[in-house]
Amino acid sequence: MLNPDAKLAENIFDKPAMASTREGFGKGAVEAGTADERVVVLTADLAESTQAHHFQKAFPLRFIQCGVAEQNMATVAAGMALYGKIPFITSYAAFNPGRNWEQIRTTIGINNVPVIVCGMHAGVSVGPDGATHQALEDMALMRSIPHFTVISACDSEEGRKATVAAAKLGKPVYMRWGRDKTPIMTTPDTPFEIGKANVVWKPFDDAQGKSVTPQVAIFATGHLLYQSLVAARQLEGEGVAVSVTNVHTIKPLDTETILREARAAGAVVTVEEHQIMGGFGSAIAELLAQECPLPIEFIGMHDQFGQSGEPKELIEHYGMGSSHIVEAVKKVIVRK
Amino acid sequence: MELLTDEQIRELGEHAHDIRVTIIEMLVAAGSGHTAGPLGMADIFAALYFRILKHDPKNPDWAERDRLILSNGHIVPVRYAAMAHAGYFPVEECLTLRKFKSRLQGHPERDMLPGMETTSGPLGSGVSQASGYAYAARMDGKDFRVFCATSDGEHEEGNTWEGIMFAGKYRLSNLTVIMDRNNIQIDGNTEDIMPLEPLRDKYEAFNWHVIEVDGHNIPQFIAACDEARAIREKPTMILAHTIPGKGIREIEGDYRWHGTPPGKGPTDKIPADKQAEAFLEELRTK
Repeated sequence: MLNPDAKLAENIFDKPAMASTREGFGKGAVEAGTADERVVVLTADLAESTQAHHFQKAFPLRFIQCGVAEQNMATVAAGMALYGKIPFITSYAAFNPGRNWEQIRTTIGINNVPVIVCGMHAGVSVGPDGATHQALEDMALMRSIPHFTVISACDSEEGRKATVAAAKLGKPVYMRWGRDKTPIMTTPDTPFEIGKANVVWKPFDDAQGKSVTPQVAIFATGHLLYQSLVAARQLEGEGVAVSVTNVHTIKPLDTETILREARAAGAVVTVEEHQIMGGFGSAIAELLAQECPLPIEFIGMHDQFGQSGEPKELIEHYGMGSSHIVEAVKKVIVRK
Repeated sequence: MELLTDEQIRELGEHAHDIRVTIIEMLVAAGSGHTAGPLGMADIFAALYFRILKHDPKNPDWAERDRLILSNGHIVPVRYAAMAHAGYFPVEECLTLRKFKSRLQGHPERDMLPGMETTSGPLGSGVSQASGYAYAARMDGKDFRVFCATSDGEHEEGNTWEGIMFAGKYRLSNLTVIMDRNNIQIDGNTEDIMPLEPLRDKYEAFNWHVIEVDGHNIPQFIAACDEARAIREKPTMILAHTIPGKGIREIEGDYRWHGTPPGKGPTDKIPADKQAEAFLEELRTK
């Protein structure tokens, strides 16, 4: 059952409200800018796609258009942060951090200044634009840079909160965003704290009227959390007990929550819209290999590029839908 | 700015000389590092730290200081030497260059040394950082200036031209870029590796004010910095023609000394194991 402590939206399985996670950035940036006048937003010719145009409208003097030049945007932002501003830099993740990674590493990472790198249009769910624009490597690129916090929000509401929190963090942050409209699961009351994972689904036995021990712990990041919840509900119907944890911060990991859930279940499935290599699943595997080795199945892109198509069909084609999560859970149980 | 007296010009020349001696001493102690660029920029760094920059060595974080962003981080020995002689830290500390646990990293790190302003080494990111800094300072009505020292070679990097375009667009007149036009890079002469000229025309086409100077003529360089201060509608680039390895005749202008320390580079008349001694001797007898 949905964890009541997570205070998720009602009827998320029937008619969930829909919005892209990037819309959460658009709202959050305006809030962050209202709260702190040091906040500035830069873009590389993608104000509307990144939703930075909301900030542009609210604070025209604090919005900086850098042209199609992501390396310039990152280094201009580094200079602004060295001065004392709190810059958000916005473009597609394929270019930011895809094209300007070295600039981010040197001038933001090593300098350790609070620039918030926002990579939009992450994952195959970008859809028709095709493989060049479907960033599937960005979390791997960013979690390997020391000093960086890496956040991948599950929906627009969580993205809004994460944006506001990132502006207050005082450290380099990478935030990953999606283009497609996806279900809004969280509410303003859902707890959010950078670095703190939230258990959103707990196994519950209706007949006994009490919680039961999960057989598998599902850890998800980004909008595929929704597919994980759909899978959990289906599995419950089949008598398979799982927990689902929303890991919005993939670095630093909430090791306490993750280890607690993993140990309780004894098997794990990780879910991300990203390459299996070096991403979220890898981060979980690194932790578990060190602390409590357990069987793991990885949902994500298996060393391949995407292609044009509709987001839904691409998610299905590449094995990241709820049915694939159900299969992965059954597979990992056998390996216990 | 008041005019320089002959005495002041002489003193600045002495500072440049002391900086060159320290550069050689620190490179010898390190056993690695870049020789040509730092020696070529010694006059300009003497002028910056002893005349042009508004700064306080005892209070490196002073909010109103002028900022100097070093884009081509590999010439940092000249900056370390200039800072030490200006009083930021003891000159003896220069001998820790490139050593384990030293604040004087092979390429500079902001976190390690107060007054360093930014981390650099990977080429081509300085103009943009300086532009962002200047833009942010102007937003808040600050009147300090932002300087950026760059190399000619890093004008082969796209990021450099992106920054030049940005600063031109936003008319960052509080920004002065100093290009060390020494015509060399690691693999050869710049015009052989990747032709850069006409540099003046290129900057002017990007809406910059350009002043060409002899980078070893300290009064001329200072006058150019003063002129940049007076230009209100554009950023300024000082195209400083320098001689790599300046001060040591055998290596002047030789690209093979770009990334080589004394003791490891090519000289016709001096055996390699005598280079350190001979270079210091040549500098000291000047």
